[in-house]
Amino acid sequence: MAPPDHRRPYKRPAISDQQRRRELSLLRQAQSRLDAQHRARCLASSVLSLENPEPDSVPELELESKPGEERSEAPPKEFDVRQASKLRGAEARKWFARQLMLPEWMIDVPDRLSQDWYVFARPAGKRCFVVSSNGAAVSRLRNGSILHRFPSALPSGARTRDVSGSAQSYSILDCIFHEPDQTYYAIDMLCWRGYSLYDCTAEFRFFWLNSKLAETGACEPPSQYHRYRFSLVPVYNCDHSGLHAAYTGAAPYVKDGLLFYNKEAHYQTGNTPLALVWKDENCSQYVIDTDSQGNVPKQQQVVLELQEDGKLTTSDDPPVVFGCLDGDFIQKSGLCLGNLLRFAIGDGGLSFVDGGLDKADLCYLGKSNRARAFADSYSKLIS
Amino acid sequence: MAMEITQILLNAQAVDGAVRKNAEENLKQFQEQNLPSFLFSLAGELANEEKPAESRKLAGLILKNALDAKEQHRKYELVQRWLALDVSVKAQIKSCLIKTLSSPSGDARSTASQVIAKVAGIELPQKQWPELIGTLLSNIHQLPPHTKQATLETLGYICEEVSPDAVEQDHVNKILTAVVQGMNSSEANNDVRLAATRALYNALGFAQANFSNDMERDYIMRVVCEATLSPEVKIRQAAFECLVAISSTYYEKLAPYIHDIFNITAKAVKEDEEPVALQAIEFWSSICDEEIDILDEYGGDFSADSDIPCFYFIKQALPVLVPMLLETLLKQEEDQDQDEGAWNIAMAGGTCLGLVARTVGDDIVPLVMPFIEGNITKPDWRQREAATYAFGSILEGPSPEKLVPIVNVALNFMLSALMKDPSNHVKDTTAWTLGRMFEFLHGSTLDTPIITPANCQEIITVLLQSMKDVPNVAEKACGALYFLAQGYEDMGPSVSPLTPYFQDILQALYGVTRREDAGESRLRTAAYETLNEVVRCSTDETAPMVMQLVPLIMMELHQTLETQKLTADEREKQNELQGLLCGCLQVIIQKLGSSEATKYVFLQCADQMMGLFLRVFSSKSATAHEEAMLAIGALAYAAGSNFEKYMSEFYRYLEMGLQNFEDYQVCAITVGVVGDLCRALEDKISPYCDGIMTQLLKDLSSNQLHRSVKPPIFSCFGDIALAIGENFEKYLIYAMPMLQSAAELSAHTSGADDDMTEYTNSLRNGILEAYSGIFQGFKGSPKTQLLMPYAPHILQFLDSLYMEKDMDDVVMKTAIGVLGDLADTLGNSAAPLIQNSVSSKDFLNECLSSDDSMIKESAEWAKMAISRAISF
Repeated sequence: MAPPDHRRPYKRPAISDQQRRRELSLLRQAQSRLDAQHRARCLASSVLSLENPEPDSVPELELESKPGEERSEAPPKEFDVRQASKLRGAEARKWFARQLMLPEWMIDVPDRLSQDWYVFARPAGKRCFVVSSNGAAVSRLRNGSILHRFPSALPSGARTRDVSGSAQSYSILDCIFHEPDQTYYAIDMLCWRGYSLYDCTAEFRFFWLNSKLAETGACEPPSQYHRYRFSLVPVYNCDHSGLHAAYTGAAPYVKDGLLFYNKEAHYQTGNTPLALVWKDENCSQYVIDTDSQGNVPKQQQVVLELQEDGKLTTSDDPPVVFGCLDGDFIQKSGLCLGNLLRFAIGDGGLSFVDGGLDKADLCYLGKSNRARAFADSYSKLIS
Repeated sequence: MAMEITQILLNAQAVDGAVRKNAEENLKQFQEQNLPSFLFSLAGELANEEKPAESRKLAGLILKNALDAKEQHRKYELVQRWLALDVSVKAQIKSCLIKTLSSPSGDARSTASQVIAKVAGIELPQKQWPELIGTLLSNIHQLPPHTKQATLETLGYICEEVSPDAVEQDHVNKILTAVVQGMNSSEANNDVRLAATRALYNALGFAQANFSNDMERDYIMRVVCEATLSPEVKIRQAAFECLVAISSTYYEKLAPYIHDIFNITAKAVKEDEEPVALQAIEFWSSICDEEIDILDEYGGDFSADSDIPCFYFIKQALPVLVPMLLETLLKQEEDQDQDEGAWNIAMAGGTCLGLVARTVGDDIVPLVMPFIEGNITKPDWRQREAATYAFGSILEGPSPEKLVPIVNVALNFMLSALMKDPSNHVKDTTAWTLGRMFEFLHGSTLDTPIITPANCQEIITVLLQSMKDVPNVAEKACGALYFLAQGYEDMGPSVSPLTPYFQDILQALYGVTRREDAGESRLRTAAYETLNEVVRCSTDETAPMVMQLVPLIMMELHQTLETQKLTADEREKQNELQGLLCGCLQVIIQKLGSSEATKYVFLQCADQMMGLFLRVFSSKSATAHEEAMLAIGALAYAAGSNFEKYMSEFYRYLEMGLQNFEDYQVCAITVGVVGDLCRALEDKISPYCDGIMTQLLKDLSSNQLHRSVKPPIFSCFGDIALAIGENFEKYLIYAMPMLQSAAELSAHTSGADDDMTEYTNSLRNGILEAYSGIFQGFKGSPKTQLLMPYAPHILQFLDSLYMEKDMDDVVMKTAIGVLGDLADTLGNSAAPLIQNSVSSKDFLNECLSSDDSMIKESAEWAKMAISRAISF
């Protein structure tokens, strides 16, 4: 029955730093364990990892690296998107360029369009990834460059004190940033709170996107911990009324064509025939390329990639050969493998034989803008 | 033997070491040869009035130690041993003990009281010794005072020893009656009254029923309050201790008495001796604790259906309570800040004021401001210090809207006081107050910053200057800087305002760690803690400066390892320093290792660093081992598979750590490091897994190892399985039965207390994480079918967890994840099993509609995996 000691801590923090270190370690370990678990559970959808790096022909675009910056360390073989965010210059462009699902131009009407496809009006703006993790959201354009880095109500997207769930878990949205109302229109969802949706059907992904995004408060107007509003895009079945709504219906954003998604399609990176784009003057102001001042150039231009043997190819897989440069010309112009080159389509246009491209009348203009990561696709050029 | 035992017991206390040793040996032999006779001799010795006081006392102590031990496992053995003794021997021993309660020797009585309580602690829960309470209480009124005193003391010890449900209500009533009568002012003997008051303190936990009865409660409360007015100081103190215990145990019953209690405590705080006044203040601190808990739990909107209502005693007493506490602040002791053990009325009063502020929030501010304003510029240091302490105390609780304007005015004054006040005591409190401002009113969640580009430089200059002051002031300045840095932690990727001063801050802190007098007032520890926090909260742009710290800290650590021929005292200090240095390196590793840009640079030092850590293991200090182990875990995490090269050398320390039952913290941390290694090395950890698994299995089977380490060991199984995949095959036959029996044990918690339920849930989580890792590890391997035989039991475990309805959210999330993992890995062959389980239906549905996003996501995943398993 020793008398109780009611001494209380005096002018001392309640928790010792040692205890704090211990707890932080435990936290780190628990988090790593969760991450490892997630990785194992998402193994089937290893699209996120870079296990199949490009064949030897990694194109040497002009590097953004400053002189003297260490470039000796080869990047580790495996990335996830967070690690990839640390890639710089050409590496980053290459990596991110490969991660978006890119629609082909709609050349003919797919079978069972009305049953198997969705349609929605594409908001005009910059197509980008938005990755939220570790208390911040980062949007990256198709070329890998950062558009915004901002606090967001997306999961783990802000350093607020009441983070539900793990700070490390990440979410990835496929978005279009619409300048006029400073809003990210989410058109697809790749990853949500660490769970990969890559191998889910578009039907499921859209359902998930619709049910999850609003829950986070990301669709609310901007606030201190939420700098940009996110918004959903109305998605319709490709039946008559759906097409009509997407084509002529009012949308809160400037439209830039129609996008068609096959309901069963998984999120496939790169060009895919399971996503299609349609543009005409009724639903897009950007039917044809414009220059930076918005003027329509006299001749349509294409960007093609220079290959080893001087061939000029599209970004498709397999690439379609559009032409060929001779070796002298290449040397004189100081071009090298993988350069993206801009050509004007001459009066001869494109001619086809047996449904395949026979020849194209191309006129060399110069190197393309260095922010470009890849050549145009075949379907864009011939539409 | 009975003749001899006296001499042996006396010899065992002899000055001559050889004699003592011999006697201890004799006692040991005696005990081993004939335990019943040994224990009876001891009881006889204690009861025998003819024997010397020394031998009687030691006999009692040995007897007591033969019944109880601190260590759980040993305690259990002793209990079983006593229960197995012959009934007649036990009866004889007990009768000796009871008889001793009426001995004229106070020591003998007191020893017997304690031994009786230990026997009762074993026997009453077994429904043995039913006559004990009756025997003690019979004729209590006729007993001579010294026996009465011993009897009451015994009752107190029994209440301390036995849980309330082991004593029937009738006996409880009798005990309380005897105790309260003994406390009554009509009791003439002060020893009896004191023993009764102390006994009540222990008996309060038994008095649930009595406190629910208005008349009985009124009577008990009246007697306790009267005892606070006793002329004997010890009785007054014991009575206030009872009030403190009542305030937390029976908070909801206090309303009718609170007014009287306030008057009693106010009088005690004002005029009574310090030990009594301290208890009187503690009463209000304890009420604050209760109300803070209640208000916390109901998030401020308390409703009629809340378990315990909040009576807002503090809010009501505020106008009188606050002046009473403020007055105590002026009663400081001269050098209390240099004395680590100090605890006086000013300290208790300020602490209570801080709790009151947390309880009532904004309302306290206008009541304290006049005191601060009236005293803070006074010539007497006591007044300035009291004013500052009052200000510092109320900084937690009131809203930023209320405090920020005041702090903005006070900040400059405080900075200048920290530089110029002639009193160390005032400076100490001022630096502490600045720290509290930064702790509670500075950070990214607050709208109006108190630290701005305009004053940031001055604040830092003053703090760094103050770090050169006397140790106790410098220590508080470090603390202030700690919170200053912490406030910038959540800034996000923008440039930290500390960047321009970062180099100076690091230099100053490093300088403090090297001060000659850094051993005083825990200054060195505070400096390292602050250094750690500054590093933790730093941004990429200052990483090169953090990097420069690495060789310095490594050099310091190297030096501690080189010093030789130390005294025990010096060695202890050296080990403490090694712990701090390893801790600091750990924080740096974690910081620099978290960014690709900095990781590769600092990993160039990894070889050297690892070499130093391994050398720390040659010291004997558990703290140093723990810190080195934590640092190695962080290094493995940063280095990834490159860590492999250290494994051959590190492995034996890893094993040592896993074997360290005694310092279970070291063991627990080592288990965590095994997890780090698994994730860093993946299948490269295979060569070490036989050894690691053997050790982990041993740990699990040991009843010496602290139970808190067991759940992480199970989780660790999962880490290993995930790392080595199907190679975990050979451990299945050992690990699975272990998991299975633990699962069975943990499936039910019925009747357990909160602690036990919490532990059970952490155990469940560990088991489930193991299953998860094992399933995922085997996924896609041709050997998945090896797991098939375990599936029914695992599903049953999930079902029973669901049925039991007492798992926490974490367990729920892990459990539903395991269901998914099982379906994912076993696929179609497990489909019938899965479809037959409750988990795949009700449990899954419940999780799918959970509000907890983590649970919901795990459930969505499980749903997907199950539908795949069923459809393919």
